[in-house]
Amino acid sequence: MAKSITQEFVKGLWDEIPPFRLVLGLCPTLAVTKTIQDGIGMGVATTFVLVCSNILVSALRNVIPSKVRIAAFIIIIATFVTVVELLMQAFTYPLFLSLGIFIPLIVVNCIVLGRAEAFASKNGVALSLADGLGIGVGFTLALGALGAVREVFGSGTFWGASVFGPSFQPFSFMIEAPGAFVCLGLMLCIMNLMGKK
Amino acid sequence: MRELIKMVVVLTVLSAFSGGLLASLRDGTKDRIEYQQLKFVKGPAILDIFKGATNNPIVDRFKIKDGDVERSFFIGKFEGKPDEVAFESYGKGFGGDIGLMVGVNPSTDKIVGVGVTTMSETPGVGSRAKTDPDFVAQFAGKPMIETFKVKADGGQVDALSGATVTSRGVSAGLTDAGSIYKRLKPKITEKLKEFSKKAVKTKQGEQNG
Repeated sequence: MAKSITQEFVKGLWDEIPPFRLVLGLCPTLAVTKTIQDGIGMGVATTFVLVCSNILVSALRNVIPSKVRIAAFIIIIATFVTVVELLMQAFTYPLFLSLGIFIPLIVVNCIVLGRAEAFASKNGVALSLADGLGIGVGFTLALGALGAVREVFGSGTFWGASVFGPSFQPFSFMIEAPGAFVCLGLMLCIMNLMGKK
Repeated sequence: MRELIKMVVVLTVLSAFSGGLLASLRDGTKDRIEYQQLKFVKGPAILDIFKGATNNPIVDRFKIKDGDVERSFFIGKFEGKPDEVAFESYGKGFGGDIGLMVGVNPSTDKIVGVGVTTMSETPGVGSRAKTDPDFVAQFAGKPMIETFKVKADGGQVDALSGATVTSRGVSAGLTDAGSIYKRLKPKITEKLKEFSKKAVKTKQGEQNG
């Protein structure tokens, strides 16, 4: 039963990588992965909230009465999300502009609440930290990968730099919402095929 | 009963702690955020319009009341004289309002430059209004008080190919800017005069400080 810290960290990277394996947190996954920067920025912001809330929830797990645990978790999560929002406005303003409403929406991201409820409220601080970090990094990687594919085909750029040269006609379907669904579906399919072997 | 009290206490302490933390963080970042907003949203367009200006137009600004709204005007100084102003207007685009920074020279009533500040146009299509310098360059030198229309609507504006709605939005925003300018021109020239007087007076102080 007792798992090591490394195991808890590693499971978030493949076995339980949020958008692909758990199919959680799809709202930001589909909405902000127009470019790789946005995807990774969103992932890092979510990771910060996830790690901080996991630590605090786990540290307070014996103090918080179980009847009001969800309310308490939401207070903790909302606090850290607001911290992220203010820090992003102050230091990485362009990123804040492109992520827009999806930063405050991390509050209702089911990955964050899900980890608080399913993991941090039952495990120690060190394990919860590893779990939060693992899931967060997995989420960041997934959003980065999705963002990279959509940016390369949808805008013909990678990290803002042109890939195909000026004559490339962007496949703008990829940066619209349906493109996100198709791209996510294809990546899910590839991951499932790889998992079968 | 004891459980009830515990619930209330825990939630109260958590909320109070969270409120205190956020309030202090907000105070700490307030000035930085305001500066960042001006720098990243309006700054690039303003600096582009006032290329070669000797001052920092983001710092040298004044406000004029126009009905219910207060408009900000940014001043561009050339050879020490504050003689060009830039202000913002909006036009309806494909993905919402397009913010335009319009620079104008009040002595000739001609546009000195146009830049897009905020927009949510389709990336790669309408977003070229912001990224393609040739598109906004066509407005420089045109008289300010003029109705702008894209060529397809019988006007004079070269539309971005595939982004007619965006081009129409930009044209409408410019036409609107013209009417704002017409309405506020007496106040603008007055403020500019005030500003050039003040500039002479404070010059000594600035050099010492």
